[in-house]
Amino acid sequence: MSRERVALAQLSALSPRTHTRVAGRVVHADELGVVLCDASGNARIAWSAPCAPGALVELDGAWDGARFVCDSVVQSRVPMRSPFAPNSEFQRLQANERRIATHLTQRARVMRAIREYFDHREFLEVETPLAVPSPGLDPHLDALGVSWRGPERYLITSPEYQMKRLLAGGLERIYQLAKCFRADEIGSRHQPEFTMLEWYRAYAGVGEVMHDTEQLVAHVALTLHGRPSLFSGAREIDVTPPWPRITLREAFQWFAGISMDEVVADDDRFYRLLVESVEPALEGVGAAFLWEYPASMASLARKKPSDPSVAERFEAYVAGLELCNGFGELTDPQEQRARLQQDQASRRADGKVVYPIDERFMEALEEGMPASGGNALGVDRLVMLVLGAEHIEDVLAIPASRL
Amino acid sequence: MYETSDFRKGLKVQIEGVPFEIVYFQFVKPGKGQAFTRTKMRNMISGTILERTFKSGEKLEKADLEERQMQYLYPEENFYVFMDTTSYEQLRMTADQLGENRFYLIDNLMCSVLVYNEKPIGVTPPNFVELEIVETEPGFKGDTSGGTTKPAKCSTGLEIQVPLFINQNEIVRIDTRTGDYAERAKK
Repeated sequence: MSRERVALAQLSALSPRTHTRVAGRVVHADELGVVLCDASGNARIAWSAPCAPGALVELDGAWDGARFVCDSVVQSRVPMRSPFAPNSEFQRLQANERRIATHLTQRARVMRAIREYFDHREFLEVETPLAVPSPGLDPHLDALGVSWRGPERYLITSPEYQMKRLLAGGLERIYQLAKCFRADEIGSRHQPEFTMLEWYRAYAGVGEVMHDTEQLVAHVALTLHGRPSLFSGAREIDVTPPWPRITLREAFQWFAGISMDEVVADDDRFYRLLVESVEPALEGVGAAFLWEYPASMASLARKKPSDPSVAERFEAYVAGLELCNGFGELTDPQEQRARLQQDQASRRADGKVVYPIDERFMEALEEGMPASGGNALGVDRLVMLVLGAEHIEDVLAIPASRL
Repeated sequence: MYETSDFRKGLKVQIEGVPFEIVYFQFVKPGKGQAFTRTKMRNMISGTILERTFKSGEKLEKADLEERQMQYLYPEENFYVFMDTTSYEQLRMTADQLGENRFYLIDNLMCSVLVYNEKPIGVTPPNFVELEIVETEPGFKGDTSGGTTKPAKCSTGLEIQVPLFINQNEIVRIDTRTGDYAERAKK
């Protein structure tokens, strides 16, 4: 009968002279034996005829109270390629100071905490198609096309159109953890393929969704760290709600020393000030909302009824890292169509691919979508903040650069 | 010409006739808006740091630098001396000019020396150099929780992380582009 394998981290819990089996990768060998590494950690193995570092082994033996003493080799295999080379999988996940494998464990816990938050609030988890006729018309987002013989399809830049169809269909609280795709976005905070958390509340407004956002982030931080803290590198950030709410008008006045209304007509200038003055200033603030974007940058948000020069759109920043983008949703089909046509014109003028208007989405708005609030949050970035990771690749099982 | 998507650490560009080296860059795209690349660039002549934000797709000239293959000879007072192996011409550089790369300089190493207006302004060592480990904990210390690397000091003073099986006095190959351990050198 074959013996049951014991994880290396569990060895010390065994009573002395227990016969058992271990397996893993040899990471060190000397006259005393080897150091073995498995998913649980490392352990010293006394072994009289050890394999060289790099070998994959399964060993039978006994725990003597301090060490595992190998008495027979069940299997051993020396790989063709060094698992310690800079580009190897083992090096990246286990044998590197950043220990990406532990990050993936934390990432899985973040995903569970997100589901827990929404499930407890009676949100329904949904899955909508990733390959769609129109990936969204935002002038600055570019999609990845799908190559096949059927009708033209693009990978979603967000599941927004599809989830809004579900709201028109009568679902009231929905959330989705979806892969989204945006071409040409790559950097320490961007990946062309990333994980988005998107949720909607029908018969609710932008305020409720901002409340959800800070509560959710605090819940994730509490679940992972036992206190409402996130990390920017080593710096601890308190994310206890409520977070300060800074209007774009205030942010431009305070951080750039200029009136937002003065620069709003000039797209270039607006975004340059946002990048060079506002965002760097937000690095010094802990968790905060920027809200009330200019109506011209409303995207799919509705205009604020009491001040139509701004839109019910918000973003959350934690230590300067942009975490999400949420709206009091636009539900008026006529205004929606006009905006989409305007976006198409702007894409055409910029020489970009002009995606079609998603007519099923338009029909859903015409059918009637209840007043709703929604938000789209970058899960990879939330994981970065949980871990204090400086690079998005450090929270991904396989980043785009390693495909 | 380079585009913003070509930006990487160490890329050498020229702005209004002055060579700059990119020391930091970040792709940013706030609020579904325009994409930019925020950079910090070191003026390769004065050493000062310039912060600049480029719109995605903006183009920059390549730095107009001459690259010469030269051999590292020896340190002399506060300088490091290099020699052109065909003309026997010698150039001296300071530790500041060399930056972290001074930790890769072993006798007779062939390097590429950047020359701007007849003056050396930087050195690129080969992608891999072999250095001797002069200080590291022996093998493994019975720690079962930590990672599978440990700190080590090289003969040139460079501090790196190496796998547990590397011992003192061994020669290792180091990737000079990242400063990471690559492999045990073949004996």
